[in-house]
Amino acid sequence: MTPNPYLWLVPILPLAGATINGFFGRRSSKTAVTAIALIFCGAAFAMALLLAAGFSSASAPYYIDLAHWIRAGNFQVDFSFYLDQLSLVMLLVVTGVGFLIHIYSVGYMWDDDGYYRFMAYLNLFMFFMLTLVLAKNYLVMFIGWEGVGLASYLLIGFWFTKDSAAAAGKKAFIVNRIGDFGFLIALFLMIQHFGSLDFTHVFAAVRTLPTENGPAGLLTAIGLLLMVGAAGKSAQIPLYVWLPDAMEGPTPVSALIHAATMVTAGVYMVSRSSAIFERAPMAMMVVAIIGTLTALFAATIGIAQTDIKKVLAYSTVSQLGYMFMACGVGAFSAGIFHLMTHAFFKGLLFLAAGSVIHGIGGEQDMRKMGGLRVYMPWTFLTMSIATFTISGFPPLAAFFSKDEILWKAYSDPVHGSWVFWLIGVITAFITSFYMFRLWFLTFFGDYRGAVAHEGPDSSRAGATAPHGHGHGHGGPHESPWVMLGPLVILAILSIVGGWVGIGDRFEHFLAPVFQSGAVAELAPAGEAAGRGTEIVLTLISVSVAVLGLLLAWTLYLRRPQLSARIATALGGLYQAVSHKYYIDELYAVLFVKPLIDGSTTILWHGVDQGVIDAAVNDSADAARYISDHARHMQSGNLRSYAGWVAAGGAVVIAYMVWMGVR
Amino acid sequence: MIPVSCYLVLSGILFVCGLLGFLIKRNIITIFMSIELMLNGVNLSFVAFAAQWHALSGQVFVFFVMVVAAAEAAVGLAIIIAVYRTRETLNVDQVNLLKL
Repeated sequence: MTPNPYLWLVPILPLAGATINGFFGRRSSKTAVTAIALIFCGAAFAMALLLAAGFSSASAPYYIDLAHWIRAGNFQVDFSFYLDQLSLVMLLVVTGVGFLIHIYSVGYMWDDDGYYRFMAYLNLFMFFMLTLVLAKNYLVMFIGWEGVGLASYLLIGFWFTKDSAAAAGKKAFIVNRIGDFGFLIALFLMIQHFGSLDFTHVFAAVRTLPTENGPAGLLTAIGLLLMVGAAGKSAQIPLYVWLPDAMEGPTPVSALIHAATMVTAGVYMVSRSSAIFERAPMAMMVVAIIGTLTALFAATIGIAQTDIKKVLAYSTVSQLGYMFMACGVGAFSAGIFHLMTHAFFKGLLFLAAGSVIHGIGGEQDMRKMGGLRVYMPWTFLTMSIATFTISGFPPLAAFFSKDEILWKAYSDPVHGSWVFWLIGVITAFITSFYMFRLWFLTFFGDYRGAVAHEGPDSSRAGATAPHGHGHGHGGPHESPWVMLGPLVILAILSIVGGWVGIGDRFEHFLAPVFQSGAVAELAPAGEAAGRGTEIVLTLISVSVAVLGLLLAWTLYLRRPQLSARIATALGGLYQAVSHKYYIDELYAVLFVKPLIDGSTTILWHGVDQGVIDAAVNDSADAARYISDHARHMQSGNLRSYAGWVAAGGAVVIAYMVWMGVR
Repeated sequence: MIPVSCYLVLSGILFVCGLLGFLIKRNIITIFMSIELMLNGVNLSFVAFAAQWHALSGQVFVFFVMVVAAAEAAVGLAIIIAVYRTRETLNVDQVNLLKL
């Protein structure tokens, strides 16, 4: 490992920006706030590029030990950062996409009263995310992990005067706590059994242990607990419920935190812990199953959503499911590859959706859009690229990454199975269908919205009534270039981003991180034999994408009335899907309501009021009652005092006499 | 030789006289005198025991008590004069400002 004295600058720079904007932003001009936010975030990006320039697949990891943190006997944790091929990919994605979204936010949030606050939060998020990615041990990673959760909470509830936004922020925070609990227990297990949280120490210790093929043991437990944490942060079944609600936040937040970076932290963490997972096949299988089910489940919900951001949210959950499927079948590099391309095209989708929402005055319901390709050609163009990308059309980015995952899911000799592949392909079909549904509903047909609207959703904080204050919208219009620029760049990345994976170059780049076994290279003969199968599978997945396109085209453009008829024909099933399978209601009945009722009746009325308050109040009452009676002894009658003294003395003498007699 | 019990009985009688006077009388000066009576009752028992056991410390104690009683008399009479000047009475039942 090579010491690198500049590594710590990458996370610290955005923190500096957040501090300056957070403390002085209220009094400075918007231009100054913009400059600070962009300069510090851009500097982090530049640092990341600089680091990347001197880094190849053969490079030894960089590290820096900044300061001691915990020293307790043999156990020690330091503030230290670490950069290897895996962190580098994450670093570039986070700073690069993050920087673009910062630029976009300038245009999107300019009219908002909390502009400086927003920029400070975004920078703060960057700091924590970079800490997470660059951590050298699990505890520093956990700082970042919790920190991005905090930033996410702050940004989801950015328009905190709106009840639904505040509630969504709380929901995200609380659901994430459940996951963090699992993560923490995993850390405790590591401390107990390996005496360290440092990646290199833990993984070295893990590699000396045998693979737990038989009964589940320590590594399986750690792996499953880590997966609980990852499921919370990355919105997997059963903890995915917070992510769709998180769309209450401003759209750049949805793009940055809830699509491109933060929610992928779970995938990163699982990949980082690949040494542990590889020795716990049962944990791997759980990861794969959860990922696969989530991918399918979320995709089906996405079909029936009408809110443009909700569709994208469920799509994000579904795509994250793909990544976990990849990790679960041991194809960690494929998961990270998809993570990267997903950051490009999903960031783009959200930003383009934000541009649409901005352009038509804060409307998010796709039923009130339509025909927007005429009004906003650039948004249309970039959104189209993103839609084709996510659906898996070659040669766009997701075609490579998704196919890599599906192929690995099918072919991996240890963990793979055709079941994963089949569900993956079905999901790909559904993905293609709901994305083109969104595309047709938004950009084709006739414009279905009212002509005049409320201002952009920045003004929703105050006025919820339609046609409130804010600048009047004459009609749909294209967004300013400060917003379109990032769209165009991301569109280009969505096209070319997948090309780094051609010929397994991406996998080879990450090989030093994941070299320890399960990503075993197929024998050359097997490779040749598998090539034919791979091409067939690729053809299948491309054809389902086309099929999805055609189906969406038929239902939503050629014969729009047909979709309504199908919805009525399906009846209860359609209702269930459009109500998200009533999962939120189920959780409310199973967990939330018992918890609230239990807290109210037992903890509040029972313990707090009945025991604690009662003990305090009753002891006060008792003291008052007793003193009320005792005070009458102080009569002011001197002789009565003397009488008491004499009586007391008599009692003492009587006692002593009695004792003496006995 | 007179047995020590006789001294003790006399001492007890003196003490109870003092105690009763203390409790019954209302005049401060009478109360004050009752206190002196009680002290002397105690002093008597001290010297009686000292004589019986040939222990000098009992007699020394009596001197101490007398010294303290003298000091107490000086301070107490001063207080009584002060009380009389402000309250214009020596009745303890009317000196009850500290009552709740």
